[in-house]
Amino acid sequence: MSTVPDSTAAPGVFKRIKDSDVWYSFKHSPVAIGAALVAFTILFCALFANVVAPHEPFNLATLELADARLPPAWQAEGSRKYLLGTDDQGRDILSVLMYGSRISLFVGVISVCLSVLVGVALGLLSGFMGGKTDAFIMRICDVMLSFPSILIALLISGVGRALFPQAQDGLALAVLIIAIALPGWVQYARTVRGSTLVERNKEYVQAARVIGVSSLRIMRRHVLPNVLGPVMVLATIQIATAIIIEATLSFLGVGMSPTSPSLGTLIRVGNDFLFSGEWWITIFPGLVLVLIALSVNLLGDWLRDALNPRLR
Amino acid sequence: MKLKSSLLIAVLTFTLCSAHAVTLRVANQGDAQSMDPHSLNESLQLSFTGNVYEPLVGRDKKLGLIPALATKWSQTSPTVWRFELRKGVSFHDGAPFTADDVVFSFKRAAGDGSDMKSYTSSIKEVRKVNDHMVEIETLAPFPILPDVISLVFMMNKAWCETNKATTPVDRRKGIENTASFKANGTGPFRLKERQPSTRTVLVRNPRYWDSIESNIDEVVFTPIGNSATRVAALLSGEIDVMEPVPLQDVERIKASPKLNVVQGPELRTIFLGMDQKRDELLFSNVKGKNPFKDKRVRQAFYQAIDIETIKSRVMRGASTPAALMAGPGIKGFPAELNKRLPYDPEASKKLLAEAGYPNGFEVSMNCPNDRYVNDGDICQAVAANLARVGVKITLQTETKVTYFPKILSRNTSFYLLGWTAGTYDSHNILTSLMATPTEQGQGQFNLGAYSNSKIDELTLKVQSETDQTKRNAMIKEAFEIHASDIGHLPLHQQALAWAMKKNIQLTQLPDNSMPFRWIVVK
Repeated sequence: MSTVPDSTAAPGVFKRIKDSDVWYSFKHSPVAIGAALVAFTILFCALFANVVAPHEPFNLATLELADARLPPAWQAEGSRKYLLGTDDQGRDILSVLMYGSRISLFVGVISVCLSVLVGVALGLLSGFMGGKTDAFIMRICDVMLSFPSILIALLISGVGRALFPQAQDGLALAVLIIAIALPGWVQYARTVRGSTLVERNKEYVQAARVIGVSSLRIMRRHVLPNVLGPVMVLATIQIATAIIIEATLSFLGVGMSPTSPSLGTLIRVGNDFLFSGEWWITIFPGLVLVLIALSVNLLGDWLRDALNPRLR
Repeated sequence: MKLKSSLLIAVLTFTLCSAHAVTLRVANQGDAQSMDPHSLNESLQLSFTGNVYEPLVGRDKKLGLIPALATKWSQTSPTVWRFELRKGVSFHDGAPFTADDVVFSFKRAAGDGSDMKSYTSSIKEVRKVNDHMVEIETLAPFPILPDVISLVFMMNKAWCETNKATTPVDRRKGIENTASFKANGTGPFRLKERQPSTRTVLVRNPRYWDSIESNIDEVVFTPIGNSATRVAALLSGEIDVMEPVPLQDVERIKASPKLNVVQGPELRTIFLGMDQKRDELLFSNVKGKNPFKDKRVRQAFYQAIDIETIKSRVMRGASTPAALMAGPGIKGFPAELNKRLPYDPEASKKLLAEAGYPNGFEVSMNCPNDRYVNDGDICQAVAANLARVGVKITLQTETKVTYFPKILSRNTSFYLLGWTAGTYDSHNILTSLMATPTEQGQGQFNLGAYSNSKIDELTLKVQSETDQTKRNAMIKEAFEIHASDIGHLPLHQQALAWAMKKNIQLTQLPDNSMPFRWIVVK
């Protein structure tokens, strides 16, 4: 009999979302709607860059050096072929922005997922086990926190480059992701540990213990869902931070190679042309970076408010 | 009261004097890699250490030979040269300059770890005759010896011994010693402070043997890698002189009423080299053979490069496309041969197909991004050109600090290099870039080990030939062979662009060296 679904308990995912408080709050927050619109437009362009983009900037064979440094289409010397102008190698800025934000978003999301994974696991363990395990993990956190994250990221990417001097783009990407993910997990570990400390003394955990459920299962099935709220909020905000760290590393020249530029690389390249009046090479990537960071941050902000029972 | 007023006078004189101390703040896109004058044969390094150390034979403002630490030189036999040394010269630590220092310095420059072997490879022995006279014996008659040794700087034997710096710093092997951070030369400036990649300070040498044209008391040299930052530093008055000026900013700086841009042709030729020695390239998807051993592949690369567009777009017109490894201004340069093969991607594709690569192949390309004018961009443009004929380039651009050790240890398949003949003579190009590499220093910068025995033979003959017409004919023949072999892919001669405040007067040399002794601040 247990295989028969309970029709009252499972009303379809969409219906559940539609009826939820979160959706209600989203519908009534113009800031959240605006931010989501911007974020999804950029996400869409990035995901489907190969369909949407008018040119293929990462395919070196299609580049026209003769078209290098053309201003945006609305300026006197601009060409209609390149809406936002071209960079110093003749790449269409609009297309390269789409492909570039794909790399930036990919690095941001994957590295945050990695840090969440590590951070939540260690935080749960730390909070639930307590004692020496807790002290050990928290001291590692303290050490990590005493270094600025950009420094750790620089160190890791430096070591990565020294180990694989002839690194291909794929490897450079992996090094970049690890470099950003590694300093990031600490915050999740701390947040989760705090919530776990509160949760583990609650009755439902003690009840589960009494009936003989294993620690691992309690952590996974009972404690974890109750501590995920703050993690979600933190992760959203951290995506923006991760994208900015990626841009910083690429700006410093230890990120993506100039032939497959991310937003940070684009800004660095364009930076050299600011004084000579070729502003579009750096301004547009900078603008997109600001838009991504701002919209993701606003969404995170809204999510925090929406999930906070005191503000409802 | 008396005491007070004399104190006041003292303070006043002090402030007046210090107000008169002239400091020149110079910025470059890179740093001199080491203060050791024998450790790297690179223009910036030699230009910078040339303020502190001196050769026997120097160069004037027109690059002609002038007496420096040697006052006179003459040949006593076809293979023996006699140099009379300048008397009364002392090193910065006070030690007198003698023949022992000369013998020691040549030995050091020819020894293990030295990057100056291409200048000493023809020398058999350096002998002390007396304290102020040395004899240099060459392996074969060598009429251009004084030209060749004008970049071999003299160090103090005793100082090197006490500081355990008797062998040169070798960055390829990670060997550093005191000579990298301290200096004891005879030059017009002495090294006061050295912070690698950050700041290097030189001060005027009050005991210099000659009068110094410059009125500078102190030079603060700062490497600023980012072009935009370097321009900003000049515009804001933080620095007085900088080079190179990013080509995109020349107009803007010229427009400023307080600043000046000095431009001129440079002797340096920028070219690409290919590994032609290994049986399998280190960084390529072609296994079991080396595509660059096939002349058709090299020619395909050559004809795939659209040098005119690189000139107009990447170099903003400030380059002269080159077909030879030398440019105008180098002795023996055969101008009539300076015609590039046409840019022709179709012909290039055909050549690749004939060589057995109808779909091209993959190869890594190494490139500096802070050494030559727009070097990183040139490589990107070349990579795009090659992509059109099916060759997939994995481009690695990096700072010269990591770049030079890598390619000088021949850890590359395809690279970019710029070369100025340190002697302003074609022989230097033959012996450094085209001759088959040997232990003695031949072909020391022929990093792809291009080899043709006919060129080796001609190089030796050119070295000892005294008849100019015959000599030029042999140089021409060697250049012709190299061009038809496509031993390297010459790109262009870049133009020099220095920017400075209007109150600064300086001499721009076509070898891009900047001797501080000729800079006057008005």
